[in-house]
Amino acid sequence: MAANAFENAAPPGAITHPPSSNEYLVDRGFRFLAVCGASLIILLVGYILWKIGGLALPAIYNYHLGFLTSTNWNVADQKFGILPEIWGTLYSSLLALLIGGFFGLTVAIFLTQDFLPLRVALVFRTIIDMLAAIPSVVFGLWGIFVVIPAIRPIANWLNETLGWVPFFSSSLSGPGLLPAALVLAIMVLPTIAAISQDALHLVPYRTKEAAYGMGTTRWEAILKVMVPTAAGGIASAMVLGFGRALGETMALAMLIGNSNQISLSLFAPAQTLASLLASHFPEAGQVEVQALMYAALVLLAITLVVNMMGTAILTITQRRISGRS
Amino acid sequence: MRMRAAIIAIGVVVATALPSINVRAQETRLIGSGASFPFPIYSAWFKDFSKQNKGVTVDYQAKGSGAGIQDFTNKTVDFAGSDAAMTDEEIAKVTDGVVLLPVTAGEIVLAYNLPGNPKELKLPRDVYPDIFLGKVTKWNDPRIVAANPSLKLPDLLITVVRRSDSSGTTFVFTKHLSAISEAFAKEVGSGTTVQWPKSDKMVAAPKNDGITATIKQTPGAIGYIEYGYAKLTKADFALLQNKAGQFILADTKSGQATLATATLDSRLRGWIEDPAAPDAYPIATFTWLLFYKKQDAKKAEWLRKLVEYCITTGQSISDSMGYIPLPANIIEKIKTASAQIQ
Repeated sequence: MAANAFENAAPPGAITHPPSSNEYLVDRGFRFLAVCGASLIILLVGYILWKIGGLALPAIYNYHLGFLTSTNWNVADQKFGILPEIWGTLYSSLLALLIGGFFGLTVAIFLTQDFLPLRVALVFRTIIDMLAAIPSVVFGLWGIFVVIPAIRPIANWLNETLGWVPFFSSSLSGPGLLPAALVLAIMVLPTIAAISQDALHLVPYRTKEAAYGMGTTRWEAILKVMVPTAAGGIASAMVLGFGRALGETMALAMLIGNSNQISLSLFAPAQTLASLLASHFPEAGQVEVQALMYAALVLLAITLVVNMMGTAILTITQRRISGRS
Repeated sequence: MRMRAAIIAIGVVVATALPSINVRAQETRLIGSGASFPFPIYSAWFKDFSKQNKGVTVDYQAKGSGAGIQDFTNKTVDFAGSDAAMTDEEIAKVTDGVVLLPVTAGEIVLAYNLPGNPKELKLPRDVYPDIFLGKVTKWNDPRIVAANPSLKLPDLLITVVRRSDSSGTTFVFTKHLSAISEAFAKEVGSGTTVQWPKSDKMVAAPKNDGITATIKQTPGAIGYIEYGYAKLTKADFALLQNKAGQFILADTKSGQATLATATLDSRLRGWIEDPAAPDAYPIATFTWLLFYKKQDAKKAEWLRKLVEYCITTGQSISDSMGYIPLPANIIEKIKTASAQIQ
């Protein structure tokens, strides 16, 4: 064994000693386990892609790219298209990211920039993290029984007074895009808040002291120094939050209204890819399953693109901050 | 030595005793899945049946008729439930043979939610298909107002709630609408899932209970659910105008009048698309239990007992659960057909 190459290197009676063959074994074993774990994950992703792709193949062959631009989901005529679903997925997730991102970042700043005593901040943080533990179904029910009745009067007032604005062009009857996006925003908030907090924590405290030293006010220090320095981490928080929003299923299936249409209105019912899969999969026949698999593949692709964009943003911002642009 | 012999002896006794204990404790589990339309009555029946008969438990999952047929074809269940029975092509896929038994029947009502809870809203025959086509959009539409001179109808948009999943209830309902409205037959048609008109005022919810909950939460909503669900949740539902021009409230009497008009084929299938009797409620349907012709003898025996229970003791609670007790001639037919379950 190579371990023994150093066996005689240590002088007798020294405190240090070369690694024993046992230590070598543990080291190698751990490395082997780590490599196995990492490659298993990659294999698993590959297997899932291969399996879904295989099941979707007949649908891809039948519907080509027209699948992405058609707006029908007609089981009887076996005509399938997912443009309304793609639209609904992106629209609801973007809205959720706007709302959840804003509040998540605000919370992160509030909890890290010396607004609160450390202990109180910890309590806040735990409470926000607990939001992540609430099951999706509970969020859905809460949306139906609390959010919808609460925003209905506001939504309908907006529709009556500002109905010419495309965003308010229909009244909110019950399930719709806005309640779904609001609940989704609350669901992505813990992810965004937690990762943004970590990013802000990572900025050395001295940076802030230096900013104060230059004569900045507190807000200037936070908004012009701290947040931009942590921008990479915050951006990845947003991307992860967006990813979570894209894939969210149960709460959306309960709140979005499952209507196969494209509308700019915030109060109109819509449909997302994940909720399409959830509501149709249990009873789908063979051809519909193929179409659903194709839709699942599209959802995977969208998530992948979003994540890649996130990583790109991260690298660019990091480069800018470290001054290597 | 003696000790060891004793242990061996005990071991032998236990080993021979175990299988017999096993056999005695072995329960027959009958698993079914399918239609959610008759779920309230099925769950009451199966619970009572399992309680009355030692050694058998019956489980039923309300997944929807489409899923039931699929499970049945894939042989993951012992029986299934479907509001749409089975088509000949579907039957052909089941190698063990199929017995279809219409064990109960129900009505589909149009439940609504209006401010002030006006009761006994009347919907004319030319109006309710148009509501589901998105052509009648307001509750104070002149045609609705004309049929309900005594009710104060609000200036409120109608929100139509439909099923998001594939459903036998949708099948029966769209079949009826297609029968009474040419426009509906042309634009939407009938099926367990159909392409509904695209509209901001048309939302979808899963299952009978999902629709009921959405209607209850949405002022101005109307949707189609099983009469039993409406009764259970005390939802308001509309009087519908039948072929003879009468406005009929869904109840046991009007439902039985509808069933009396049914003719069943050799596989005991039959739909009542538009009953002509003057006292018949327009939308009523049988719902079927699906059985294999061939299976394990013990299971078959229990399944025949289960059917026997459904058509005798079971029928007596139909009324209180919001389902229609079957006419005697159909019970006779089921009795004969159930002998095919072997």
